[in-house]
Amino acid sequence: MIQVKEVSKYFAKKPVVDNVSVNIQSGKITSFIGPNGAGKSTLLSMVSRLLDADTGEVLLDKSDVRKWKSNDFSKRISILKQSNYMNVRLTIRELVAFGRFPYSKGRLNAEDEKMVDQAIEYMNLGDLEDSYLDELSGGQRQRAFIAMVIAQDTEYILLDEPLNNLDMKHSVQIMKILRKLVEDLGKTVVIVLHDINFASVYSDFIVALKDGRVIKDGPTHEIINSDALKEIYDMDIPIQEMNSCRICVYFNS
Amino acid sequence: MKKRYLVIALVALSLLSLFVGVSSISPIDLLDFKSEETEIFLISRIPRLIAIILAGAGMSIAGLIMQSLSRNKFVSPTTAGTLDATRLGILISMLVFTNATYFQKISFAFIFALAGTLLFMQILNRIKFKDAVFVPLVGLMFGNILASITTFFAYKSDIIQNISVWLQGDFSLILKGRYELLYISVPVLILAYIFANRFTVAGMGEDFAKNLGLSYNKVLNLGLVLVALISTTVVLTVGMIPFLGLIIPNIVSIFKGDHLEKTLPHTALLGVIFLLICDILGRVIIFPYEIPISMTVGVIGSAIFLFLLFRGKAYA
Repeated sequence: MIQVKEVSKYFAKKPVVDNVSVNIQSGKITSFIGPNGAGKSTLLSMVSRLLDADTGEVLLDKSDVRKWKSNDFSKRISILKQSNYMNVRLTIRELVAFGRFPYSKGRLNAEDEKMVDQAIEYMNLGDLEDSYLDELSGGQRQRAFIAMVIAQDTEYILLDEPLNNLDMKHSVQIMKILRKLVEDLGKTVVIVLHDINFASVYSDFIVALKDGRVIKDGPTHEIINSDALKEIYDMDIPIQEMNSCRICVYFNS
Repeated sequence: MKKRYLVIALVALSLLSLFVGVSSISPIDLLDFKSEETEIFLISRIPRLIAIILAGAGMSIAGLIMQSLSRNKFVSPTTAGTLDATRLGILISMLVFTNATYFQKISFAFIFALAGTLLFMQILNRIKFKDAVFVPLVGLMFGNILASITTFFAYKSDIIQNISVWLQGDFSLILKGRYELLYISVPVLILAYIFANRFTVAGMGEDFAKNLGLSYNKVLNLGLVLVALISTTVVLTVGMIPFLGLIIPNIVSIFKGDHLEKTLPHTALLGVIFLLICDILGRVIIFPYEIPISMTVGVIGSAIFLFLLFRGKAYA
């Protein structure tokens, strides 16, 4: 389990994340939602150790993430940031193989190769495995990165706005895959989302942030209601139930 | 781009290089161990070939490492001020010690090359506008500032002649006893190969590298030390060879991608082949005189660089 305890982060003396405490349930999808500048990505970065908290601590298995050896840590928690759109020319297979880096430092053994094969197959990228990343569409590239994380084989998968720049079809595809990762492989997924409807339909828990503070935290059905959303977004958002999905109709509110 | 063909080309060009020159030497002359031809062969031709091989492989790999670590395809020892910093280091060593020993020159050149490259990486971290073409422009400006400092002090102390030796890369001065420093590139290249995967991971960005449990800063520093070592040895023995570290890794990247462990051998081989061609051309064009290597590489290299720029798009 990941426990965030009274964590704060300041940029130029201004608190971006302000005294946040949150528990992340294992084997579930937890979404971080909230307006721009609420501190969602910063919080995710601190959980994944890309950023150090100024005060407070993040615990993984009850020990401070800063005390973990970086190699052991990278076998437990993986993170994909938006900035992963890089200009390195690698094939999908080469990229996914780097997911095994914490285990093999790049010299893959048979076990590693098997994991790479499985990850590629799981993401349906078999036909494309020798294509270069810069030749792929946004959706394919995002799938390639997720395949890499699957090969990394961590219990926790953290994703910072993975639906950015994706069209509807690919967004749904990615969310379904994340759901499957939780159901089939028992992963714990923590995801920063902008679209509250994806958060509503696919996540088990929602953490809502605003101005660096957690203002709502609980099971999805407790957060997706007009009162709570009013508090989070300052908007009157009617909720419609369709096929047991709660849809927030925010377009004209 | 098969490795096999590159090796064949390398061997053919090496043989050609051995038998091109002012005094004509044929393989038959070498059968007589005491002949003048054999002596020229051992004192001049073979050292020259070895120097070309080591410098060509070294500079290309230095460029490859820099491009990976800076995440910019147009960064190389030429376009990041590394070579200019090296030259400044040599100048300072000559100013500080009136008769600078080889070791003093090497240490100063190395420290300056490393500091200069580190400084450039710091500048790179600060600038917000990380355009593929803008970054090397900043590097070139930075290099030119260092170069003008060098020229200024060289003028003042009347050693501009000595300094210009390192301005122009030239293999005609390579003789037995004057190139052995280049052998430092051998262990450096081996290290580069051992750490190739780490460099590739670092090249995917700090967050990405940390996600995979890589000690990003250690790898970055190691890479810069390797680059500085190669630049120092090449500048001190041969002089500046522009563009090599820039164009060779880019050409290989187009065909083979950026997985350093896979592209490193190709990059080294192609670098040597390119340098051999330029050197042979330089020796033949105004025979029996020679055009310095920095000139031939500069002309052909800048043409290829322009081509790469216009081809541009995603590879930059």
